Amino acid sequence: MSDALEAEETFLDRFPEEAKVVRSAFLGSFLALTLGAIFGIIQTLHRTGLFRGLIDSTDYYTVLTAHGVFLVISFTVFFLVGLFTWAVVRSLDRPLVDIRITWTWYVLMAGGMTMTGISILAGFTDAIDMSADVLYTFYAPLQAHPLFYTGLAVFIVGSWLAGADWFRTWLAWREDNPDERIPLQTFMVLTTMIMWYIASSAVAASVLIFLLPWSLGLIESVNPTLTRTLFWFFGHPVVYFWLMPAYLLWYTVLPSIAGGRLFSDPLARVVFVLFLLLSTPVGIHHQYLDPGIAEGFKFISMTNTMFLLLPSLLTAFTVVASVEYGARQRGGTGIFGWLRSLPWRDPAFTGMMLAGLMFAAGGFSGMVNAGMNINYMIHNTIWVPGHFHLTVGTAVALTFMAATYWLWPQITNKPVYSRQIGLFQVVLWFIGMALMSNAMHAQGLLGVPRRTAEPEYSGFDYPVAFGGFEELNVQIAIGGTLLFLSTVLFIGNLVLTMGNPRVSGLAETIRPALSGPDDAPEVLDDLRIWVGIAVTLVVLAYALPLAAIINDGGLLGPGVGTYPVWIDATVGALAEVAVPAAWALVDALAFLGARLLDAATSGVVA
Amino acid sequence: MHIHAYEKIWLAFAIVLILLLLGSVTYGAVGPGVAMVADSEAQIDANALDEDDRFAEPRVEQVGENEYEAYVVAYQFGFEPSPIVVPENSTVTFQITSRDVIHGFEVAGTNANTMAVPGEVAEITVEVSEPREYGIVCNEYCGAGHHAMEGKLHVVSEEEFAEMNEGGENE
Repeated sequence: MSDALEAEETFLDRFPEEAKVVRSAFLGSFLALTLGAIFGIIQTLHRTGLFRGLIDSTDYYTVLTAHGVFLVISFTVFFLVGLFTWAVVRSLDRPLVDIRITWTWYVLMAGGMTMTGISILAGFTDAIDMSADVLYTFYAPLQAHPLFYTGLAVFIVGSWLAGADWFRTWLAWREDNPDERIPLQTFMVLTTMIMWYIASSAVAASVLIFLLPWSLGLIESVNPTLTRTLFWFFGHPVVYFWLMPAYLLWYTVLPSIAGGRLFSDPLARVVFVLFLLLSTPVGIHHQYLDPGIAEGFKFISMTNTMFLLLPSLLTAFTVVASVEYGARQRGGTGIFGWLRSLPWRDPAFTGMMLAGLMFAAGGFSGMVNAGMNINYMIHNTIWVPGHFHLTVGTAVALTFMAATYWLWPQITNKPVYSRQIGLFQVVLWFIGMALMSNAMHAQGLLGVPRRTAEPEYSGFDYPVAFGGFEELNVQIAIGGTLLFLSTVLFIGNLVLTMGNPRVSGLAETIRPALSGPDDAPEVLDDLRIWVGIAVTLVVLAYALPLAAIINDGGLLGPGVGTYPVWIDATVGALAEVAVPAAWALVDALAFLGARLLDAATSGVVA
Repeated sequence: MHIHAYEKIWLAFAIVLILLLLGSVTYGAVGPGVAMVADSEAQIDANALDEDDRFAEPRVEQVGENEYEAYVVAYQFGFEPSPIVVPENSTVTFQITSRDVIHGFEVAGTNANTMAVPGEVAEITVEVSEPREYGIVCNEYCGAGHHAMEGKLHVVSEEEFAEMNEGGENE
């Protein structure tokens, strides 16, 4: 639709206001990536015992909380909102309905994440009586400072508004184009956001009904199994929320970079519908080893989980087929010879291909995690972080970095400072992750736990296999160091890119699919049907387990304490008055902060 | 909708793979009888474990010929009893709960692994063979001293086990 125009105009030329939103979102994302990488290298060296001079082991958990929250909430979701804004505006070829709404959700998300970030980082100093050493999963009855939960709630509300913004823009487009199919990228954004609304409703409920009132001392206790189950109701689909932007790039951008076209538009739609339907009713597979949940519920969750392999396996086919088509267009021949004809010198292409390759490996270790019985061997061992550093840590993170090399010039009109450094950087990430993740999987099989400052114990030694515990530690540390260096190169390259002068002629084209949307059944675009089925599946998977948990342990638990207590009950009475006032203050601060950030980013980018 | 022939073959392969994975787990549960951690035990008040006859005194108890039950309490930052001592070639059912926050209970290097959640009682049954010392680690983050939380499982010979228990009764 907009191909001809795009060949001449970049996104910035055509939609300058929206390009500014995308830039700001990406900058927020890369700030989080920088912080996350710094905490990552500290913890890699500490945990493996190579260097423990920087922090005490008791502070390791503050580092770990920061690493997790900054990377999997802040880095990923800020990149997502930037990318989705670009995708909706580009594929509908129209501006957002009201840019003030757009900046409102940006301010809410940035403000919320700042609050949560402050509550975590305050854990490093005794001068402020505040901490949130609860890790990314914040399992009660471990308690964080109320600011941690408040920030999360504000952040999620911001993301809801973002979704509403994209839906409104699509509806406005539909008024003008009543008979057209939903453009593929917009279709991907809308289905992903429906999934997000369903999934995040549970964690929002958990935070607002239980955890925040509890941290303020308004209720005395919570039911740990209930809040944990509500977390995983959100906690599994959130991994697809990280992954769907990467899928969007693999389906719609990667084939064009390879010189080809997407193989099948209808199948891409089917895949996103399957993710919408199956992402949420699977969360209990994180709780296979939880007492208080019946085996039958776990089995249902496992069945759904295994079927969730289907859309990813279909994606593997379609993406490889599309890339092969591109290679043959470029003159490639032979059964595997076409691989030589691909643009391997392009960091965007190579980065995304390596990310996809690692995702296949991550998929295999995921099949082990998903198996109810073999899960016992690896549950909560370092195997699990080994797995998700392949998925979110590479399939998602490396795709985002690679895509930045392609997208950043189009939202700034500035060419990338060095594509050679970019290419080196994505390959370095792949090598570093191959070392680190492989060794983590191996240690997991020895029984080495995740989430610990000192995995070596005084009373026993681990069984010896795969080179042994110590040797694997060295591999993890080397891998982690390479990953840190790769991040430094990425950020450095980007900062130098910002110093480049603006030029013209950077526009890129996305070619339409070989088998276009007209081949796709109309029903795929009827989002109401998919919402209905998705909600039904979630109710089927979760109504009975949640009812059983509440029935057995009560809404506020069978008698459980609080560790540590942030605000005790007497102060809680005061809090009832103070909460609305605090909210007003928080809103004002968030607004102010974002205005400053906005001013700062426009200064940096301009 | 047009689907390419290769795509159909791949789709069929994917569905067969999924059914095989599901089948293998189902076989494990129905055939060899691998039992999962489930909701077999009622909830208890984690603040009043000293009033519970299993967990007031965490211990190992013989409940049948060659069958033992181990009542284990996880707390910040350790396990009771420690060590957990059981005789060789026996069947041991662990009942595990937590006094404070969520912990893990993992016999390192084996598949004896469960969450220990306050208010809930996890039950797992394992077979132990020849005498050996195992490490037990808490594999869920439970607070600033998490890394120091460890326990031991001692599988001892029948003679040694009998001797120990007699010694206990004489005291």
